[in-house]
Amino acid sequence: MLEQCEGSHAVAKAVALSRPEVICAYPISPQTHIVEGLGEMVKSGALTRCEFINVESEFAALSVAIGASAAGARAYTATASQGLLFMAEAVYNASGLGLPIVMTVANRAIGAPINIWNDHTDSMSMRDAGWLQIFAETNQEALDLHIQAFRIAEELSLPVMVCMDGFILTHAYERVDMPNQAQVDQFLPPYEPRQVLDPNEPVTIGAMVGPEAFTEVRYLAHAKQMQALALMPHIAEEFKQVFGRDSGGLVKPYRLDDADTIVIALGSVLGTIKDTVDDLRLEGVKIGVLGITSFRPFPIEAIRDATANAKRIVVIEKCFAVGIGGIVSRDVRSAVQNRQQTVLTVVAGLGGRPITKASLHKLLIDTVADKLEQLTFLDLNWEVVNRVLAREKKQRRSGPIAEGILRDIGTVSSPMS
Amino acid sequence: MFQVRIHGRGGQGVVTGAEMLSIAAFLGGRHAQAFPSFGSERMGAPVVAYCRIDDQEIRLREPILQPDALIVQDPTLLHQVNVLSGLKDTGYILINTTRTFDELGLGDFVKGYQAGHLLTVPATELAMKHVGRPVPNVPLLGAFAALGGLITLDGVLAAIDQKFRGTVAQGNKAAAREAYEIVMEQEKKAQVHHA
Repeated sequence: MLEQCEGSHAVAKAVALSRPEVICAYPISPQTHIVEGLGEMVKSGALTRCEFINVESEFAALSVAIGASAAGARAYTATASQGLLFMAEAVYNASGLGLPIVMTVANRAIGAPINIWNDHTDSMSMRDAGWLQIFAETNQEALDLHIQAFRIAEELSLPVMVCMDGFILTHAYERVDMPNQAQVDQFLPPYEPRQVLDPNEPVTIGAMVGPEAFTEVRYLAHAKQMQALALMPHIAEEFKQVFGRDSGGLVKPYRLDDADTIVIALGSVLGTIKDTVDDLRLEGVKIGVLGITSFRPFPIEAIRDATANAKRIVVIEKCFAVGIGGIVSRDVRSAVQNRQQTVLTVVAGLGGRPITKASLHKLLIDTVADKLEQLTFLDLNWEVVNRVLAREKKQRRSGPIAEGILRDIGTVSSPMS
Repeated sequence: MFQVRIHGRGGQGVVTGAEMLSIAAFLGGRHAQAFPSFGSERMGAPVVAYCRIDDQEIRLREPILQPDALIVQDPTLLHQVNVLSGLKDTGYILINTTRTFDELGLGDFVKGYQAGHLLTVPATELAMKHVGRPVPNVPLLGAFAALGGLITLDGVLAAIDQKFRGTVAQGNKAAAREAYEIVMEQEKKAQVHHA
C-alpha cells in the first residue's frame, strides 16, 4: 500500500515485516528514529515474538546481536558514524563467525571535527570487514533492500549492512509502497541457521584457528562474497516476482546506451545525478549513470560490462582516503584495468555539504571536455584552504584548524588573537 | 515541480509542517518530498524545512535554493537570516504575522510580486486560540491550501489526523480551517483590487 512517511519509519516497518526475533538498540543520529520506531512496535504488540534489548553502547548492540544470532535468532541492529567505529571489533567478529545479522548504517561523517551530517566515511571504514554492503538510492529502495538483506544474509550465513544516507533519506518524507505481511512471508522464509548454539548438539562458534587453517577460513569468507555476486541478482529477480518492483541487484544502469561518459556513484545522490544527466542529454551530451548497489562484494564484472564502451568514467563519492584519494574509484579502476579509459575521482558531499545540480552540471561539462583533474573536491572553497595554509606558514602556533576556519567564515564570530 | 521552503524556529513545528504538507500533497495524488535542514537543533534557533511537490517521481535531493513559495513561521527571522533568498519572481510569500508587508519592512522587496501571492495570516494567534500553544505550522498549512491547486484543505485536515490525535488534532483542524477562510477573504480582496 502506498504511504507517505519518513525513511526511518519505512525501514522500521520493513524490518518488522521481516519478523526479527532480537533487536539490539543504542541511539545515535541519524539512525535513532529507526530503532525508536521498532521499539514502539514491540511495546505496542504490533511486532510480536521479538525481544527489543536496550544496550549500553554500540559495542554491546552488535555483541548482543552476535549472541542472539548464534543462538538461532534473526537479529537486527542499526547504527551510524562513531557508533559503527565503536563496534568495530564486533563488526569483524560477526562476519568472521558467519552470522547473518542485518544492520542499517544511516550514513554519517566521522569526527573529528564532530559532524552529524551525511557522507559515507563510516561504512567505508568497514568496507574490508567482511560484511556485504548494499546502498539505497531512495526510501523505497531502503525498505526493499532490508527485506532482501535478511534473505541474502541467511542464504550465505554472512552479515549484511544496508547503507542509507543519513538525514537525506532517513529524515525525508516520501512515497513508499509498503508490502503486506503475506508478501514478505512468501519471500522470506523463517531463519534456518547453518550453525546454532544448542546444548543438545554442542558446537563451538568462534574456535581459535592458527596458521594451519586461518588462510582457508579467510578464503572461504571471500568465496562466500563471490557467491553473493551470483545470488543477489537472483534474489532481486525473486523480489520482483513477489513485489512487482525492481530493487536490489548489483548495479543500476541509467541511459548508458551510446554514453561516452559514465558517472558512477552510490546512494541518494544518484537521483540528483540522474536529473543532471537528463539535462545534459537534452544538450546533446552522451552521458549516462551507473549506480552501484552492492559495494561489497564489489561487482567487478558487472561494472566492466556496463562501462565497456565509455571513454571516461567519473566516480562521485562521499568519502575519501586521506593520503591517496578516492575509495570507490580505486575499486572501479581495478574493475576496468587494462582498458584505455580515464577514471576520475570526485569527492563530494562531505559532512553534509549539499551536492547541487548546478555544481554537478558544471563538473560534468568539465569532465566531458577532459578538463577535470584526477582528483577533484566538488565545491571546495580554496580561499578558506589557502588562508589556513598561509596562517600555518606564518606562525608556529597557528591554532586548531577547525576553529580557525569557523572564525574565517564567520560561524564563530570572536576575533583571532 | 513546485518547491516550498519553510522558515521558522526550533519548537514551532517547522519540520512537522513540511512533513504534513507532503502528506497533504500525497493524499491529493501527487509525489512529494519533505526534508529538514538540520543545524542547531535548539528551541528558538532558526530552522529550515523543505517540501517539493510534483506529478512525477522526485529524484532531486539538493536543498531548495529557488523556492516557488516561502512560508515564514516567525517574521523576526526576516532580519536575521536570508529568508527571501532565491524566491522566484512568480513566487508566493506567506507570513505568520498580524502586520502588513509594508509594516514588516518588505514593501520594496515585494513590489514586483503579484498581490495575490503575498499573504499574511495570524497563525500564532490562531494556534493559541484553538490549540493553546504557539505552534503556527498547521494554521499556515491551512492558509497555504487556500492558494489553490497544490493541496486542499481536506488534504491538510487528513494530514493533521495522521500526525495528531484527540483534542490536539481537533484544535489544529479548527485553526487550519480558520486560517483557510482568512486567506480566501484576502484573495477575494486582492482579485477585486486587481479588477
